[in-house]
Amino acid sequence: MALSDKDRIFTNLYGLHDWRLPAARRRGQWDGTGALIAKGRDWIIEEVKNSGLRGRGGAGFPTGLKWSFMPKQSDGRPHYLVVNSDESEPGTCKDRDILRHDPHTLIEGCLFAGVAMGAHAGYIYVRGEYYNEHLVLQAAIDEAYDAGLLGPNACGSGWDFDLYVHRGAGAYICGEETALIESLEGKKGMPRLKPPFPAAVGLYGCPSTVNNVETIAVVPTILRRGGAWFAGFGRPKNSGTKIFCIQGHVNKPCNVEEEMSIPLRELIERHAGGVRGGWDNLLAVIPGGSSTPLIPKPVCDDVLMDFDALREHKTGLGTAGVIVMDKSTDLIKAIARLSAFYKHESCGQCTPCREGMGWVKRMMDRMVEGRAEVAEIDVLEQVTRQIEGHTICALADGGVWPVQGLIRHFRPLMEERIAAYKAAKGSPQPTLPMAAE
Amino acid sequence: MVDISTAHEVAQPASFEFDAESNAAIETILKRYPPGRQASAVIPLLYVVQRQMKRQTDSAWVPLKGMDAVAARLGMAPIRVYEVASFYFMFNTKPIGRFHLQVCGTTPCWLRGSDEVFHACKDAAHVAGYGQTSEDGMFTLSEVECLGGCVNAPILQVDDDYYEDMDYERTVQLIEALRRGERPAPGSTIGRQTSAPEGGPQTLLDVPGE
Repeated sequence: MALSDKDRIFTNLYGLHDWRLPAARRRGQWDGTGALIAKGRDWIIEEVKNSGLRGRGGAGFPTGLKWSFMPKQSDGRPHYLVVNSDESEPGTCKDRDILRHDPHTLIEGCLFAGVAMGAHAGYIYVRGEYYNEHLVLQAAIDEAYDAGLLGPNACGSGWDFDLYVHRGAGAYICGEETALIESLEGKKGMPRLKPPFPAAVGLYGCPSTVNNVETIAVVPTILRRGGAWFAGFGRPKNSGTKIFCIQGHVNKPCNVEEEMSIPLRELIERHAGGVRGGWDNLLAVIPGGSSTPLIPKPVCDDVLMDFDALREHKTGLGTAGVIVMDKSTDLIKAIARLSAFYKHESCGQCTPCREGMGWVKRMMDRMVEGRAEVAEIDVLEQVTRQIEGHTICALADGGVWPVQGLIRHFRPLMEERIAAYKAAKGSPQPTLPMAAE
Repeated sequence: MVDISTAHEVAQPASFEFDAESNAAIETILKRYPPGRQASAVIPLLYVVQRQMKRQTDSAWVPLKGMDAVAARLGMAPIRVYEVASFYFMFNTKPIGRFHLQVCGTTPCWLRGSDEVFHACKDAAHVAGYGQTSEDGMFTLSEVECLGGCVNAPILQVDDDYYEDMDYERTVQLIEALRRGERPAPGSTIGRQTSAPEGGPQTLLDVPGE
């Protein structure tokens, strides 16, 4: 059973209609916002908890619970809402559509979130490359101010709320919430140790909560239609609707909002025109953006697209960026290119990541050629285990998981590559694993 | 990350002053941040410098004197601005060509043929490779990491604009158009409706209010 249009939250996902305020209002946005705010902060949080909404930025933390961590009373410090629109996880391009086509769902969501966490100001941190998208978002915010929906007594609610757009400048690491805060404060985007968590000490040393764009943008519809409505989609603990980005070797790549827990195969065949060359031509899928380990075809046959089902297969829903690879793919090279990505994007703060990402990349480059010994596959696997969990943030974890997934499911392919190299060129010169370039 | 240690190898302008357009932009930017937190404006102001250089020299880059001007305006130590300018990838600390061709080479674009886009850029723009500028000063070619437009892969970003669903031929055509002084509309180059599937949306056909 597919999601029907009447239950889609992002009604202008493809930009078929006008994003401006009058058209957004026709589609039901900014409807009765003041009256919903009047029901109070606790009601908003309770309704979001009832919806079962889990963060859409990758980690899947329950949103209502996260909001409830903000202090109930201000100790004199202002509270801040920070919206993470640094969308940079390879395979992910959903927030882009919200920014450029449905900006008012996001802006209205910011107001609700601001009320729920006692914040009178919010910052939307947009990745620098989304230049044209940020212009649309800023214009939509300006419209909202002119209409009295933002600013003093926003929507006649009695709550003052200001909202600002801040552009980043091309650093994947700034999608990590504390690196984002550092960047917003005007520093290099280097993650902070936690604790203290942002809800206690965040932006400018004040209580802050960082949420993904999609997370915030679904809130107005949840409040209008009720948490129970949202919770009715997907399996328990995996509820709601979700934007999936289906790409790679499919006939018709696209973004689509679907019900959580939809089978992967149905998602690809119903919306993206199927795998190039047919389902049997499928090799593997990276189900949730580059950090999530790939799953081979036999798993893809019947896996469901939600947090728990994918976790059972040692991968994750992540951002729901579905990267499809058919049998023509050089899988080792596809993963090696991701290793290059993480090396490029390491902020350099923690040694296991700064040195490890480069080491893993160089090792993967040799695996692409087959210029290695079979035993080095084990060395590579062991080193990734030493990197994982030994850094301040999760970038290095996300950097080694794709390699672990490759070894877990396609070790014979790597061994074949090594054997082919030996057959063609003889045993490679012994290569000492180098710590630095 | 841009290697700022080579900044001395580049002919740096002797001075940099914000012009009227930049000053107006800075005034708007500074209103976004609370009093005493103007350091938050360092990235926005570096963009202001880069845009002014584009206006004045036709090359979008940030010279050292520009960083110093940002530091002076925000009351920061110059080194704090240098480290931001070198940490973030989008600030060019060396002059670039009139057009900045940025090829996304990350896996989602690579699976859809970004290598072809790269070769087309080399051939049509007459650039030797990544990090190079054509002899006529028209084009600088860079490889960038995931641009976040993956369902429209492969993507070639020209300055601030995304050109999507590219292949070799369409890349060549785009570069030739740029050379002629034309600026084709950004977005899908095969006529797709943004991120909808090719051939037209299969969902959102019945939207209340539309």
